[in-house]
Amino acid sequence: MAKVLVVTSGKGGVGKTTSTAALGAALAQNGERVVVVDFDVGLRNLDLVMGAERRVVFDLINVVQGVAKLSQALIRDKRLENLWLLPASQTRDKDALTDDGVRRIIADLRTKFDWVICDSPAGIERGATLAMRYADEAVIVTNPEVSSVRDSDRIIGMLDSKTARAERGERVTKHVLITRYDSARAMRGEMLGIDDILDILATPLLGIIPESQDVLRASNIGSPVTLNNAASAPARAYFDAARRLNGEDVAMTVPVERRGFMNRLLGRRAA
Amino acid sequence: MSLSLMRLLGRRTGSAPVARERLQILLAHERGMRGQPDLVGILREEILAVVSRHVTLDPDKVLVKMDRGKSVSTLEVDIELPHGFEQRTRLPANQLA
Repeated sequence: MAKVLVVTSGKGGVGKTTSTAALGAALAQNGERVVVVDFDVGLRNLDLVMGAERRVVFDLINVVQGVAKLSQALIRDKRLENLWLLPASQTRDKDALTDDGVRRIIADLRTKFDWVICDSPAGIERGATLAMRYADEAVIVTNPEVSSVRDSDRIIGMLDSKTARAERGERVTKHVLITRYDSARAMRGEMLGIDDILDILATPLLGIIPESQDVLRASNIGSPVTLNNAASAPARAYFDAARRLNGEDVAMTVPVERRGFMNRLLGRRAA
Repeated sequence: MSLSLMRLLGRRTGSAPVARERLQILLAHERGMRGQPDLVGILREEILAVVSRHVTLDPDKVLVKMDRGKSVSTLEVDIELPHGFEQRTRLPANQLA
């Protein structure tokens, strides 16, 4: 039974695209058939983070408008044969994406994959509502920072009222994924802690992704962090989160950077 | 836990407790507002409908703003009329509704 998962946040720049790529790859690395779908029409970036930007021929809008078949627009990952990408269009016409078109494509993708992961654009406008529209589950990406938590709360309200499931009187299963977490700063009371965020949002935790240079390095290269450096702290956190998405009970920890002896001696972070 | 321990030890605590408190107050307010009809939106549409029965105007030049304060709240309506605007000819009373 396929699952449709939306990765959303309201606020921009908190790590939706990075998390879509990392979770999608982690699920695929565990043998699941996964497609990641970029809903950020006009500002597509998932192709770049996945390292497939030069292979985009057709996109989501082309499929919605019947210009291309779904099979022509899907791009297979070069590293993982069961990971696929459906890129967004770069058209400026945001109305090109229609509710009916999205419904048809999601229904089609459900028959072909175990996981359909929708990377939502920032904001609460049309693109964001369409990305969550047919979702069964939602990952709300949140930074330990006031504006991000506030926007997450708003998005949670929308998931409970504006989705097809909500309209049928069902629930979208929601998970909070905390990214860019610095446990040392939280410990010193300089940053909202995990308990603070979960208390305020009253939504279960999917995982804690530590602040790490590995995340930027992976996107520079065009590789999901779980593929680029599977042993790194953020990759381990994403692998755990992916296992929790599959219903596994995995103890919640904040993976830490493994620091080399010289770095520790010099008080530097592992580079 | 660690926070209260720090306080006991008399150390300066960080700004996270302030963030937490501000968010709790703000979100309690915002959640209460949710699901209610968009009052400003409704007012804007009805004001626009009334005024445009008498004067031709650009809907984008109608600004309706509500400011909720502790003791006093205000509703600000700002309608820009086009240069040399025309008064519409009077409609019969039965068409006004």
